Amino acid sequence: MASGVKPRVKVPKSASAGEAITIKTLISHPMESGQRKDGDGNPIPRSIINHFTCTFNGETVIDVKMEPAISTNPYFEFEATVPESGTFEFTWQDDDGSTYTETKEITVG
Amino acid sequence: MTLSRRDTLFLGAGAALAAALPMPAMADAVADAISAFTGGADVAEGGVTIDAPEIAENGNTVPVGVSAEGAESIMVLATGNPTPAVATFTFGALAASQSGSTRIRLAKTQDVIAVAKMADGSFKQASATVKVTIGGCGG
Repeated sequence: MASGVKPRVKVPKSASAGEAITIKTLISHPMESGQRKDGDGNPIPRSIINHFTCTFNGETVIDVKMEPAISTNPYFEFEATVPESGTFEFTWQDDDGSTYTETKEITVG
Repeated sequence: MTLSRRDTLFLGAGAALAAALPMPAMADAVADAISAFTGGADVAEGGVTIDAPEIAENGNTVPVGVSAEGAESIMVLATGNPTPAVATFTFGALAASQSGSTRIRLAKTQDVIAVAKMADGSFKQASATVKVTIGGCGG
């Protein structure tokens, strides 16, 4: 597991029903592309987050398949519709099999 | 051997073709990635918006946004990278707009291509040229 992985998500605390809100996510991760070489000329093995999903009360908002060309500390910004109060769940999947999750509540009213 | 006007034209065309050849390997990888995504279907130009800077000073983090109204999924490709694939966005029922932005690595000055699969099964694409001052893939 890559060390120091910390997900950060920005979601408004409240919204009106059916409103489109902007969500910003960032996760600190080295995203080693597998193209770089170390000081001795040996290639550094690939270690990236390869998948990101965002769901709201179990329904998919966005699903991103990621390749090594995504920058260090992958950042995503997208828009979601909130029909009711509930929970956003964000999941990142690492190449090494670990997953990182983060949840955010939102109130409609 | 005397060269007629027509022969000369043919020679010139041949030379132009040879000059255009040095990039087939890369073009193949991009074409392969697109056909793997579309399943060989025709891809129409336009209908997809790419929001990318004209000049990126640092190829390590280039902010890129893609959007295509009515798209099911959008694939982003960087034609000049060692591997062209960048990311594939798939939108669910609760996506308010079929758009997403992220930060990507670009190895050199190149075209970024976005191919969108629309809800009706058709495909659309757009490309944008990004000039890169410092490449972002190590080496």
